[in-house]
Parts: sequence; C-alpha cells; structure tokens
Amino acid sequence: MTDSLSPRDWASHPAYIDPGYKSTGLRGPKQPLIKLPLGLGETLGPRFGREHVFEKDADLTLNGRVNGEPQGERIIVTGRVLDEDGRAVPNTLVEIWQANAAGRYVHSKDQHDAPLDPNFFGAGRCATDDQGVYRFMTIKPGAYPWPNHFNAWRPNHIHLSLFGPSFGTRLVTQMYFPGDPLLPLDPIFLATPEVARDRLVADFAIDVTQEAYALGYRFDIVLRGRNATPMED
Amino acid sequence: MSKLGQTPSQTVGPYFAYGLTPTQYGYPLKSAAGPEVEGLAQAGGPRIRLEGCVLDGQGAVIEDAMLEIWQADAQGRYPGAPSGANSSFSGFARCGTGTAPDKSYRFETVKPGSTQAESAPHINMIVFSRGLLSHAYTRVYFEDEAVANESDPVLALVPEARRHTLIAKRMETDQGIVYRFDIKMQGDSETVFFDV
Ligand SMILES: [Fe+2]
Repeated sequence: MTDSLSPRDWASHPAYIDPGYKSTGLRGPKQPLIKLPLGLGETLGPRFGREHVFEKDADLTLNGRVNGEPQGERIIVTGRVLDEDGRAVPNTLVEIWQANAAGRYVHSKDQHDAPLDPNFFGAGRCATDDQGVYRFMTIKPGAYPWPNHFNAWRPNHIHLSLFGPSFGTRLVTQMYFPGDPLLPLDPIFLATPEVARDRLVADFAIDVTQEAYALGYRFDIVLRGRNATPMED
Repeated sequence: MSKLGQTPSQTVGPYFAYGLTPTQYGYPLKSAAGPEVEGLAQAGGPRIRLEGCVLDGQGAVIEDAMLEIWQADAQGRYPGAPSGANSSFSGFARCGTGTAPDKSYRFETVKPGSTQAESAPHINMIVFSRGLLSHAYTRVYFEDEAVANESDPVLALVPEARRHTLIAKRMETDQGIVYRFDIKMQGDSETVFFDV
C-alpha cells in the first residue's frame, strides 16, 4: 500500500476523446471526472508478485514453442519500475502482450493477412526484483494495419500492464521503439500529450544487448508516487 | 528534487485477451486473475454475482472491454489493510466482455461490508477497452443499501441526478443473488467516473 498517492497527472495522460483516434468518439467518457478523496480502496491494492510468475513466463521466445524457435529478431526488453520520486517499485507484476514478427496477434479476432508463428504466443509476465527491475526476452513485434483511417499502421509496440503498490497506481500502456517512422503518424501515440510522448519510447541499449544473441532495449516505467510533503511555506 | 514524469496510459487495445484474461478466453496461459475473487469460501458473506454490459455512446454493447474489481470482504476488510485483514481473500478479479453470449461481464464475489462507519458498501471498478486511452475508475454501490448510500461521503460528491448510475440493481435468480451494473461510457445516463 501507499499511505498517500500523488495525483494522476492529466498533463501526461491522453484525453478520453481524441479526434484522431476514431474509437474514442463513442467510448471515451464525456462528463467531467469527479475527484475522489483517497481511501483504503485507492491506497491499498491487489498483491501480484513473484508467486504469480513462472520463470519461463518472462521469455516469450520459449513460452510458445511447439516444434522449433519463433521467427524474427530476438530482443531483450528491460527497465525499472519507479515512482515519481525515483523509488523502486519492487515485486510488482508486469504483464505484456504483443504481435509476432509479422505483425500478427494470436488473438482470434486478429484477421490481418500475415502469418501466425506456431512457435510464438506473444504474451508473458514477470515480477520486478528488489530494485524494481523487470526483464523480458522476446521477438521484436511487427507493425500491423488497423481500420482507423486509410493506410493506418500501428508502429511496432509491446502492450504492458502494471499494478504497482495500490489500485490507484494501476497502469496499462504501450512501449514503442526508437526511430520508428510510423510514430509521427500514429493517432494513439499522438493522443499522448507531446511533453510525455518520449516516455513511451524505449532506448536502444548496447549494455543490455547480448553478444551474438539479442538486441537490448531499456524502458523505465514511472507510476504515481506518494503525495509531496510541502518543503517550505 | 524534480519528479519523474508519469508514464502515459495507452489503450488496452482489442487484443488484450490472450495476455490479460487468457484462461477466460481459452488461450493456453494461466491468467494471473480471473472473474472469480479468490478466497470466497473464507470471505464470510453471502456470495453474489456482479454482472453487466459496457455500452458505448450509441448504446451498442462493447465486446472488447475488460473490467477489474477491488473490494473489501464481507466484514469490510481490504486485503493488506493495516488494521488486520482476511489473508485468504484476494479482493480482486478481472473479466473481459468477449466470452458471454450477451457480451456481459460476470464476477463471482461476496457483497463487501462497509469499510468505515459512514461509508456504504461498494466495489471499486476499473474499465479498460479499445478506444479508451486512459482507464476509467468507477464504483459499484448496492440498491438494497439505500440507508447507507444516503450518508456515503463519495456518493454525496456526485450530483444527485447522476447517482443512480453507480447503484447496482439486485435480482434474485435461480443461480443466487445477482447485482446488475451496466456501464454507460457516454450518453444521457453516462456512468460516473472518478479522478482517482
Ligand atoms: Fe497492439
């Protein structure tokens, strides 16, 4: 639990209605949110950590194998889960899901004309360690088309879901890759306030890269922190 | 010290099911949490089902939403509460709207007790879906707690004309007590969402 919780920073999160992302038009709430005074329901939260994870869950190049290795470019995605004051968020569950190297999801509703990979499932999870570090081995996801507008393509991305210490710190987000030419064209990425967009883009990291095996990317995730104590009058 | 910026929320998208609710949807991965709160046998209260649909601004049922609930047990104790908790009760469940024939969500849980003297029993809920860029928090109160609802400090913050959107309807069925709570993302009776 947290004894207090800093506000959800609406200058960092996308607005509910975004003219570029069409589905928001009928799905985003239009009435103003009502400010909720924090109580136990917000500052406590479900406990999801190491006991919910098997070792192989963090290696998506292993956990979907049927008769061989998955196709595509192996990558390592790692980073720290922190609060706004830079404190580690230890032992919290990180769940991910993503398309395969061809841009196809295992999901039965994904009808994109690209091949499924019999050896890649595309979902995994891990828990952060005492320093807040999480780490996945996976395959770089491909871009895929979506029906938002003519010739719309989602940039390469990995979906992430995190709990943090309380129900109020819950976060679902997406991680993008540096230099992706689709980023400046993607309504979902662009719905994010400009000042905060680069927080969604991982850094290529040679120190994470594994010699002769997989490229490394670093992606730190910042959850809401504790409420600031006024330093001075 | 300057604060680090919060990582922005992004939509859960249309394809969360095999990552977040795989067991419910029949994918070969065990879900971290399903539609039934864990530890119900020790939760000490009447079991209930909480169900409903998520509706868009035209009243169409949203088939790719995901709901999460977080609640106290029948004695009003949240898991992890400093004042003593029921350690076997998880208080949490997760359900997608893509598997029931009517595309409803269905949670199996207990009716929570009141957590503080003046607050009415309620279940905290988060809505995720494609087209929802940031998750939305709401609360489920109970129709048969009218007296407690009258004095609940959070309901008092909600304009009277909108309070009904937070009250689940009680039904007695041959499968037990069911509370119905539809979530309207927009429109005349848009569900109240909170800035948590
Ligand atoms: Fe996606």
